[in-house]
Amino acid sequence: MILASRNGRLDTLTIRARVIDPTEGLDAPASVKVEDGIVTAIEPAAGAPAGLVLAPAFVDPHVHLRTPGREDEETIVSGTEAAAAGGYCAIVAMPNTDPVVDTASVLRALVEQALEEAVVPTGFTAAISKGQRGEELTEMAELAAAGAVAFTDDGRPVASAGLMRRALAYSAVADRPLALHCEEPTLSRDGQMHEGAVSAELGLAGWPSVAESLMVERDLALAAYEQRPIHLQHLSARASVDAVRRARAEGLRVSAEATPHHLCATDELVRTLDPNAKMNPPLGSEDDRLALVEGILDGTIDCIATDHAPHARHEKDVPFEQAPFGVTGLETAFGALHTFLVRERQVPLPTVLERLSAGPARALGLPVPRIAVGAPANLVLLDLEAEWTVREDAFRSRSANSWLLGQILVGAVVRTIAAGKVVFST
Amino acid sequence: MSTSTDGTRHLLGVGDLDEKDVERILDTARALARSLDRDVKKLPTLRGRLVLNLFYESSTRTLSSFELAAKRLSADTMTLRASGSSVDKGESLRDTALTLAEYEPDVIVVRHPHIGAPQIVARTTRAHVVNAGDGKHQHPTQALLDLFTIQEALGRLEGVSVAIVGDVLHSRVARSLVEALLLVGADPILVAPPTLLPRGIEELGCRVGHRIEEIADVDVVYALRMQSERMEAGAAFVPSLREYTALYGITPGRVRPGQLVMHPGPMNRGVEIDPRVADSGASLVTTQVRSGLVVRMAILYDLLTSPAARAVPLALEVA
Repeated sequence: MILASRNGRLDTLTIRARVIDPTEGLDAPASVKVEDGIVTAIEPAAGAPAGLVLAPAFVDPHVHLRTPGREDEETIVSGTEAAAAGGYCAIVAMPNTDPVVDTASVLRALVEQALEEAVVPTGFTAAISKGQRGEELTEMAELAAAGAVAFTDDGRPVASAGLMRRALAYSAVADRPLALHCEEPTLSRDGQMHEGAVSAELGLAGWPSVAESLMVERDLALAAYEQRPIHLQHLSARASVDAVRRARAEGLRVSAEATPHHLCATDELVRTLDPNAKMNPPLGSEDDRLALVEGILDGTIDCIATDHAPHARHEKDVPFEQAPFGVTGLETAFGALHTFLVRERQVPLPTVLERLSAGPARALGLPVPRIAVGAPANLVLLDLEAEWTVREDAFRSRSANSWLLGQILVGAVVRTIAAGKVVFST
Repeated sequence: MSTSTDGTRHLLGVGDLDEKDVERILDTARALARSLDRDVKKLPTLRGRLVLNLFYESSTRTLSSFELAAKRLSADTMTLRASGSSVDKGESLRDTALTLAEYEPDVIVVRHPHIGAPQIVARTTRAHVVNAGDGKHQHPTQALLDLFTIQEALGRLEGVSVAIVGDVLHSRVARSLVEALLLVGADPILVAPPTLLPRGIEELGCRVGHRIEEIADVDVVYALRMQSERMEAGAAFVPSLREYTALYGITPGRVRPGQLVMHPGPMNRGVEIDPRVADSGASLVTTQVRSGLVVRMAILYDLLTSPAARAVPLALEVA
């Protein structure tokens, strides 16, 4: 069992909309019939309501559920309710919890809890190194047998090239991909934001983009040497995107993420000194952002991941340098991408939908959500014309550290069907 | 001056000021400087007002300067330091500000090791907030007192060339001063080893150089403190203070006759500035301290008086 969620009644319903499924080559007004959680008919239907789009529901390869340890910030219930509201039919949780998910017993407890509580199917990753200390490998085979989707020390890099090489080689035994947070710590040091003109002016310690791209280059070289697939998390720099493109052209099996905030915003946002503009990796320059958009367009970046990172309000309500890294994203991902990329004609809607769903599912070996007769219903209904304001009190997540607070977004999730069940409806 | 939604004016950074603000504050400072020549130096202007100094970082000259400035204008003053207060017990800046707001201070002067702290105090209270230094970000009153010092010494600001030499990377003084000099049409150049210059700083619009010879033709040489307390072990911004001094120290041989020398203090004599230069006739270091007092008086006056009174600073002289 890789994805776990609570039991519930399978739903029967019919939705009429513009139906877009890039995997199935589908983009036409149609009526989609779901019976007992299975798609049973797709029929052309002229005159579908304007602005309504039905697409395969989203898959988030990178979510922090903060459970166990920081249930005040997020729980499996609140995190998966937030995912449902964001249009997701599957999410993958990171292991940098307290305790760290580095033993089968911790992982099994989480899977059991998800079977009771998760509103949308949830997968769990386990750490690459014990305690994420970067010293000794976890028992990957046992963790994989207990349900680990992938291995990652997300939140911090595997600093030692030697340990990284061993992890890559040994991951073949567990038969799971490694998901890598690329950051050379001696370069990022105490960096607070992207190093550039804005950091120079503000006097905030710079986090140079080469801290990421150098580690990307190292890990690509090690993966090529060991002939193992890797998944690169939250890319933020042009040089990283270029490196992935080259490696893939050379035949390496590499997948890569970009977040909505790195695709839509730049370090200019830090001028507000709002701690909700502080994330790791930091928001880059406009040139970096454009490189990420190019990566999304040509498929170098095959996943959009939120890196949903809830933080308690009192921990973010402090001067910028004292605030923790990270922002929430599950409930705003589509709205932000549609507002800033699709409406601004930077990325076509079907491409965004593919990178939000099939791309990440393939990258982590999860079932690809499809709109096809006989497939389980994993559907999201979107209203492209709906305008809404991002409000602190409207989140399902227990945390509200969004970089979009107060902004008006165009495009909203109307309904989410995950594994045959309606899990969200406005 | 930046303004809160409720209309309260603040001085949080040089970016809050336009040319007219700078001119008005410097004019007011000049008028106040004349008042300090009298036997009785106290003015009744801010009687009954409360100026609260909230200092989360050690400071000698900025704190004493603000305290005396407020007293010279007859305001009540109160000083809170990070050590020996609730801050020691882990109280957040926001909670401390909320607590102090209940005393209804008219002005809160904030120094804090982290960028953005004055903004938090400004959002949390109804007081006018003056940034007395936040992290490596801004120190606007220092920039204004430096402009005042240069103007008094040279009679002008426009076109004056100023070489700012040393640890720009860790210096809020340098950031504020570059912005202020550009605002009044002066010509700043930053001179430092590349490792002590923040990448991208030239986009502010100033010149940048790596060799001490760059100071030869400027009107003012402004030495920055080598912030050794901010240099963690192993950070290796420069190989040694010895080599830094050899390459960038302001020594008698490097200062041309007619050039003026400034330093924000506290000085590391023998590191960034040679004692013979610091104590020479070219040095404006002690003048800067005196400028600090009158400029901070001018800032408090400007924040706490009506727009009409603000516009006629000379009215002070007949007071």
